[in-house]
Amino acid sequence: MNLFSDRKYVISAIFISLILIYLIRLFYIQVIDKKFKLAANDNALRHKIEYPERGIIYDRQGKIMVYNEPAYDLMVIPKRVKTIDTSDFCQMLEITKEEFIEKITKLKKQKFSSFKPEIFINDISLETSLPLQEKLIKFPGFFLQARTLRKYPLKIASHALGYVGEVDDKIIAQNPYYRSGDNMGLSGIEKSYEESLRGQRGVKIVMVDVYNRERGSFDGGKYDTASVLGKSLYSSIDAGLQEYGEKLMQNKVGAIVAIEPASGEVLCMVSSPTYDPNLLVGRAKSKQYRRMLLDTLKPLFNRATMAKYPPGSTFKLVNALIGQHEGVINENTLFSCSRGFHFGGLTVGCHPHASPVNLRYSITTSCNSYYCNTFRNTLLKYKKTSEGFTVWRNHVLSFGLGKKIPIDLPQESSGNVPTVKYYDRYHGAGRWNAISIISLAIGQGEMGVTPLQMANFCTIIANRGWYYPPHLIKRIDGGHLDTTYLKRRFTTVDRKYFEVVVESMRNVVTNGTGRIAQLDSLSICAKTGTAENPHGKDHSIFIAFAPMNNPKIAIAVYVENAGFGATWAAPIASLMIEKYLRKEVKRPEMEKRILDANLLPKKSDWVTKK
Amino acid sequence: MANRNSEAVFQNIDWFMVVIYLLLVTMGWLNIYAAVYNDDHTSIFDTSQSYGMQLVWILSSFFLAFVILVIDGEFFPTFAYILYGIFVLLLIVVLFAGVDVRGSKSWIEVGTFRIQPAELAKFATNLALAKYLSNVNIKIEKTGTKLIAASIFMIPAAIIIMQSETGAALVYAGFILVLYREGLSGIFLILGAAGVVLFITTLLVDKAILSIILGAIAVFAFLFIRIRIRNILAVAGILLLSLVAVNGVDYAFNNVLESHQRKRINVLIGKEIDPKGAGYNVNQSMIAIGSGGLAGKGYLNGTQTKNNFVPEQSTDFIFCTVGEEWGFIGSTVVLGLFLLLILRIIFMAERQRSAFSRIYGYGLASILFVHLAINVGMTIGLAPVVGIPLPFFSYGGSSLWSFTILTFIFIRLDAYRFQILR
Repeated sequence: MNLFSDRKYVISAIFISLILIYLIRLFYIQVIDKKFKLAANDNALRHKIEYPERGIIYDRQGKIMVYNEPAYDLMVIPKRVKTIDTSDFCQMLEITKEEFIEKITKLKKQKFSSFKPEIFINDISLETSLPLQEKLIKFPGFFLQARTLRKYPLKIASHALGYVGEVDDKIIAQNPYYRSGDNMGLSGIEKSYEESLRGQRGVKIVMVDVYNRERGSFDGGKYDTASVLGKSLYSSIDAGLQEYGEKLMQNKVGAIVAIEPASGEVLCMVSSPTYDPNLLVGRAKSKQYRRMLLDTLKPLFNRATMAKYPPGSTFKLVNALIGQHEGVINENTLFSCSRGFHFGGLTVGCHPHASPVNLRYSITTSCNSYYCNTFRNTLLKYKKTSEGFTVWRNHVLSFGLGKKIPIDLPQESSGNVPTVKYYDRYHGAGRWNAISIISLAIGQGEMGVTPLQMANFCTIIANRGWYYPPHLIKRIDGGHLDTTYLKRRFTTVDRKYFEVVVESMRNVVTNGTGRIAQLDSLSICAKTGTAENPHGKDHSIFIAFAPMNNPKIAIAVYVENAGFGATWAAPIASLMIEKYLRKEVKRPEMEKRILDANLLPKKSDWVTKK
Repeated sequence: MANRNSEAVFQNIDWFMVVIYLLLVTMGWLNIYAAVYNDDHTSIFDTSQSYGMQLVWILSSFFLAFVILVIDGEFFPTFAYILYGIFVLLLIVVLFAGVDVRGSKSWIEVGTFRIQPAELAKFATNLALAKYLSNVNIKIEKTGTKLIAASIFMIPAAIIIMQSETGAALVYAGFILVLYREGLSGIFLILGAAGVVLFITTLLVDKAILSIILGAIAVFAFLFIRIRIRNILAVAGILLLSLVAVNGVDYAFNNVLESHQRKRINVLIGKEIDPKGAGYNVNQSMIAIGSGGLAGKGYLNGTQTKNNFVPEQSTDFIFCTVGEEWGFIGSTVVLGLFLLLILRIIFMAERQRSAFSRIYGYGLASILFVHLAINVGMTIGLAPVVGIPLPFFSYGGSSLWSFTILTFIFIRLDAYRFQILR
């Protein structure tokens, strides 16, 4: 009825085709192309990592050695930062204005994430955070995020406990568990028990709005994983003994290691000089770390497990045991000693004492000549020196010397017991014999032993021939100890040869070189040592265990550059035994003499910060 | 008489239209609720929130619809020019006395309410155009007729452009389809489409290269046309016009358009990538719609919607809520309903005895279509971002009133059709 009525089809066709184009487009972006779904998740979902609290470490008596203290990270949302009173702000945070400007401009340059919270300053202690929290409202864009810091209430055992720090790129590359910004144990128990202590990180998926504000959990938390708390550790360390040992060792360089012979549990591990473990926590960490790294006395160095000292006369006990086992000496074997061991032009001097000497007396009086003879005869028993030496060396190794024992710490030196190869290279193959290496007889020469190995060796004698590898952790809450520390190990020397050595060590204290260590009726057994040191004064060494039967403690004490073993190491060991077995030290003069002694090398800049 | 008349109206109402209208308005309201939903205000009747206010607009629209239905059918053609005049005046008044809202001076404040006359002017313009074109003596072939018809909708459009509401003005271009239906040569539609293509290619391709291409097309044209002076002149003329246009577009683009408009066009044609600036809205809108998938994330479960990633989501970008929470299926249903509505209007327009009602119907269909095409097109990256609402869906009193008035005048005219003699 209308001239242009057919045009309704054209118009309808235009309408329909455009709607069809739109539907095709919608089908493409909604059903086919997946990139918008990913972008939507990227927009709206944040994976929030929930760090569980790190495990607590208790001492032998259940005293807390390490716990977690609340701390804060100061976070910033760069886009929200407005002009603020920087002087007030910087003063509270103890940073300079330049540092502030540098940090904020760097963060503001990250264009696409400037709504994302970034760490501005991490590890702010609770004390620093309190005034900050009050004033934070004046600083838009900044907020505090809770985290935890390690706290060491007793301020002891820094070397054994170790410290925690941020993972570096190398660790992240090696271990997929860690992400940038994570913390992990970097030394000591914190490192070796990292997996127990850290727990399991949780992930919470939260929705955020366009301003990055959190808007609750995604899909009712269906995809969240809960974090698992770190496991608590029960250390074998006796905090009281550890603290006392550190006190005795103040102003001295050296180490004390004490072990419970029946279990291999380490009762104390002192490395001196030490430091307050709280120094390596939080913001001051890197500064303190650098300072200690430069300290000539190397306070960060764990001498107890890492320092190699010559064992000195204490090593005579090893040779006495090997000699007996190899049949070159027995309880009644006599050697003469006229102020030393003489062979050709070589003399190993000795202090004046009665001669000839039997085995017991050789230990009590620490006769050099006796052991030179014993050692020489041990090696001469075999056709070739190298053969005899290998037999001897294998015996030595079975005492936990010259190899990692092991202990449950990440850093442990294996010490040094030279090999046939070494002497072949040094003297030429077949061109050396017992005499050329005679200093091994008395624990000098190329021998290197750590204080831990010495204490373990003392444990072996106390146990008459066996030991559990020493360990600092006796129980993991909800976990199991590594079986390494639960299996007895035996030496290659027969058990029957130990008793005479033990009895002789008892005599060392009753009427030998270690009389100073005597403690009323307690049957302390001991051996003194004085290690010659090419760099300075001799090291003072003392190993002891008590009581003689059913021993409760075996101890090794090293005091660097202090002189005779009996002078410094022996009283320290004796006081430690008294502290551990009697709980109370009743020899104030001896204690005072040790505490007042300053045996540090002169010109040291070390100041104990406690 | 009046009584009988209104009875007849309610008997003759096209209920199909009314049902689609009610469906769209209700879906719009529910989607606005989803778009601004937050946990602090969960009641959909809370008038402190826009979904609560939208309910107020919806109920007042129902009242308006009822009033329109009881008004005598003869009222609209009779008062068409007067209404048109009033609204043109109002638009001019707004230009001087309007309130500045986000850079556009197009609002009038009445107490606490704000209305946008640019929205409401559409029905008056439609009425006036229908009135003019339904005149018995009208011959659309005449240039004068074309010019008068064009100026009826160009005048309000021009004033609206001066109010910095380019988007709202763009809608008036839809009236070309009405003219086409009433006999305007199809050449104008083709020229219009060719113009748009030329405009975009000018912005994309270098001027010199484009001139050579146009020249080549002209040479080809000579090969295929019959060699007559008229044809040769036509081809040469078109070529000349195109070359002028190419340079003109470039000039206009750089000197006439404002920088934010330039930027939006550049982003749309892919010349500029700016995911955080001009492209941000489109980008976020496509993310929201695209993440909806086939069946959507479910009502009130849209992560993008709930967390305000898309700006203006309750108004111009309301279609994102549909896309994200109802998915492709929901989007198809909504687009389908709109298409059904528009095709129903065309069907109804064609059954009118009066040219006035038919032309008005085509005007209504065209306006709805342009709104739908631009609004949905911009949310899926197929049209530039110009702020115009999705009919019946978008939050806002002015637009809902405007579309309700537009629609119900047509329903009223349709119900009245049997009383009209040709």
